[in-house]
Amino acid sequence: MSETENKPLLDVENLTVRFEVSRGGGWGKRSYLYAVDDVSFTVKRGETLAVVGESGSGKTTTALAVARLVPAYEGAVKVGGTDILGLEGEALRKARQRVQFIFQDPYSSLNPRQRAEAIVREPLDSLSTKSEAEKQEIVDRLFRAVGLRKEQQRLFPHQFSGGQRQRIGIARALATQPELIICDEPVSALDVAIQAQILNLLRRLQAEFGLTYLFISHDLGVVQHMCDSIAVMYMGKVVEHADRLSLFNNPLHPYTAALLSAVPSVDRARREATRRILIPGDPPDPVNMPKGCRFASRCPVAEARCRESAPDLRDVGGGHRVACHLVDERAVSPLAALT
Amino acid sequence: MTEPLLKVENLRIELKLRDGVAPVIDDLSFELMPGESLSFVGESGCGKSMTALAIMGLLPEGIGRIASGKLIFDGEDLTTASEARLRQIRGNEISMIFQEPMTSLNPVITVGEQIAEVLRTHQGLSRKAAWDQAAELLDAVRIPNPRSRVSDYPFQMSGGQRQRVMIAIALACKPKILIADEPTTALDVTVQAQIFDLLRDLRAQTGTSIIMITHDMGAVAEMAERMIVMYAGRKAEIGPVDQIIDHARHPYTQGLISCVPHIMSDLTETREELTEVPGIVPSLREFGRDQCLFASRCKYRSGECLQHRPPAKGFGNGQISDCWHAEAL
Amino acid sequence: MSDTPVIPEEPIQKARHPFVEAWEMFRRNHAAVVALAVLVLIILGAIFGPILYATDPFEMVWAPFSPPGVDGYLLGTDYLGRDMMAMVLNGARVSLLIGLAAAVVSVVIGVTVGALAGFYRGLVEEVLMRITEFFQVLPTLLFSMVVVALFKTSLPMITFAIGVVSWTAVARITRSEFLRIRELEYVTASRASGVKNLRLMFKVILPNALPPIIVQSALMVGSAILFEAGLSFLGLTDPNIVSWGQIIGSNRQYILDASFTVTIPGLAIFVTVLAISLVGDGLNDALNPKLRQR
Repeated sequence: MSETENKPLLDVENLTVRFEVSRGGGWGKRSYLYAVDDVSFTVKRGETLAVVGESGSGKTTTALAVARLVPAYEGAVKVGGTDILGLEGEALRKARQRVQFIFQDPYSSLNPRQRAEAIVREPLDSLSTKSEAEKQEIVDRLFRAVGLRKEQQRLFPHQFSGGQRQRIGIARALATQPELIICDEPVSALDVAIQAQILNLLRRLQAEFGLTYLFISHDLGVVQHMCDSIAVMYMGKVVEHADRLSLFNNPLHPYTAALLSAVPSVDRARREATRRILIPGDPPDPVNMPKGCRFASRCPVAEARCRESAPDLRDVGGGHRVACHLVDERAVSPLAALT
Repeated sequence: MTEPLLKVENLRIELKLRDGVAPVIDDLSFELMPGESLSFVGESGCGKSMTALAIMGLLPEGIGRIASGKLIFDGEDLTTASEARLRQIRGNEISMIFQEPMTSLNPVITVGEQIAEVLRTHQGLSRKAAWDQAAELLDAVRIPNPRSRVSDYPFQMSGGQRQRVMIAIALACKPKILIADEPTTALDVTVQAQIFDLLRDLRAQTGTSIIMITHDMGAVAEMAERMIVMYAGRKAEIGPVDQIIDHARHPYTQGLISCVPHIMSDLTETREELTEVPGIVPSLREFGRDQCLFASRCKYRSGECLQHRPPAKGFGNGQISDCWHAEAL
Repeated sequence: MSDTPVIPEEPIQKARHPFVEAWEMFRRNHAAVVALAVLVLIILGAIFGPILYATDPFEMVWAPFSPPGVDGYLLGTDYLGRDMMAMVLNGARVSLLIGLAAAVVSVVIGVTVGALAGFYRGLVEEVLMRITEFFQVLPTLLFSMVVVALFKTSLPMITFAIGVVSWTAVARITRSEFLRIRELEYVTASRASGVKNLRLMFKVILPNALPPIIVQSALMVGSAILFEAGLSFLGLTDPNIVSWGQIIGSNRQYILDASFTVTIPGLAIFVTVLAISLVGDGLNDALNPKLRQR
């Protein structure tokens, strides 16, 4: 195995993103909202890491920070060994070639005044030095690859359906032949029948171009289908990170278990077998985070030590990482005791 | 044999376009029994929300109207009811909750006041009585510290709590029918689970019928007893939820169920491609034609599908499918 | 399952630029279309009128105050016996030209200030906004009077004087549009594509910020015409040119005796500015994104 195959393509270390929140009097102490708090994970080349969480989990901010679209406060984001957080100018532009982004809302992520071909060509115009002819050829190929026709190149975004617009967004993301594509809820705004088309397309493209995906989503069904490994985020922290089979067949963190049980199921057998774990209340105030585990206030099995100190993200065997005091090397869910 | 609470007969709703009209609901008929939970499923633009608005008499003025058909609620035909009568019914006997709790609640009025207003309007309660009742309703929808939260404004509450307030307002006058239009689409899945749980319990306590409009088959399976699958303004399939999920008799229903990646209990390494339903939904202009509107996307398509509107075929167990090939599926 | 007939493929539409769609919407507003036609007539009249009707507006052709139509002069003569028709036609050129030029000056200043403020925020925004507020609270008529009085009363100076006090509305609109648009996803997408700031401002954001700016600019032409009329009325204008306001100003003492010398140019101003306002309204509806279907 060569050097590059062993090392992960994306290595995020202690990433922290904070926003200033002005509360109280104008001259008071500044308070911050740590949207992403000391997050670390890696993604191997050619694989898909899904980052899941609900609103306020920090998953979208993580994606934006990795893409350098939002400033990070601390940490490192290494793409193929190079920390892109420290880059500026020409070096940053070279990095952008390698890391591209697919946005969630097909209705607002395309410039309404640009034709489809211009939208797809934009990254090439800014980040590459190819000739006009070469760029046109690439655009033609990309349109074909995402299932759009050449005659549609001159149309404007409002003349396309939601699914087609998302295809344009995907074509744009592929323009510079990136290694890593960050997909921020790429199908959430689409109808279910179109979702299937786009998900299949994304998987086909991944196989064809050897892409690595960082896939952000709140939809666990989609995640289960698309990913190789999953990181579950809650209130800015990663609470569990495991490969696909481990996480779905043996979720260890109580929040993960609750999340999985909350997904409504078409499968009657599964519905009857799954004990619905209802987590009461709402997440705590993100600006005044309680000390200790952030999930403790809603956790069905929280103990005193959970409220005292925050658990670290620990590997409990086979690369399965959990941040919970009640999970040890036996890798058994603390909720098992409840059933 | 009880009488149905709501009987919709050959309902046709027309939407005015720049050059003509389009039947956004085309010859829809169904029944809702008292205490039953029925779900309308379909993608955007299929007309499911329009049906709900028509029942409430809230079709956009000047643009949408009920062209023909009957909406018989408790023996009374709502299509011929006066605006005054419809106002009496709205919020009182038939209530509705919407998708976006932030824009459905008035941001400058306290939640207590919004609940109390409904009580004073329809039940003639005094200010104090209505306020007290509002606090009790907040308790019934499981908002902690209801007595103090009653004077909160919507922005002081989370999305899930605001949706509960909407439910409290909708159920304040103990309506016979509650229409929920995509009630949890904008909410997190754990909050959605709480809301579904709440709706199920409230229904058990009060016997209110629920019409739930959604695009999520999973939600339908959790919440409804019967479902109506809508496509391009027409009913594609109707029947008991379990029967349809076990054996759908319309290609669109099949597509809808199988194109969504569902969480599986015992996961294995194998991953199949999701079944795609090719093409896109027809535009409003193409509604109403005398052919099956799903034909261009259907793998079972044959000559007659493109020439005539498909007939309704029953299957004995309450399942009815509008498809030329229903038996073969 | 029988042999599946071929689905007719979705026909490819023709590319429709958002401005083409806007024109379609504009066309449906009857008042605006009529107003546009009137405006076109006025402009044509201003361009070709003085050529076709070659009388010198300063030449005294007849006795003063000849009523319209009485002595063969369609619009009569003014207090010096000059041909009103020639004056109105020549005045049209001046009024329209100044109106347009002043609006252009305002828009250029306003868009630049607003774009920089809305895009860069922070200190740049603070400073530019304070400058904008300063110009906003200036008594505009007084200030332009001062400018014109201090420097010479030439057409360019008048244009400058009007333009330099009217740009604040455009600046505010531009800034507010920039603030809104810079948060939209397609701007982030362009940044992810590596587009640099200057290009981002003028090639990505500005084209999308145009609708309210266009509407405001159209209306500003109208108000610039009125402004110029006001200045001319007060005599602060180049005495060697004729403008509608100047006609009114020089004939104002005779308003009771020969009202037509005042009402005719007044009517000209009124009709022109009204037409511009209606066109501006039509543009507003046509370019309003809410009316466009998704």
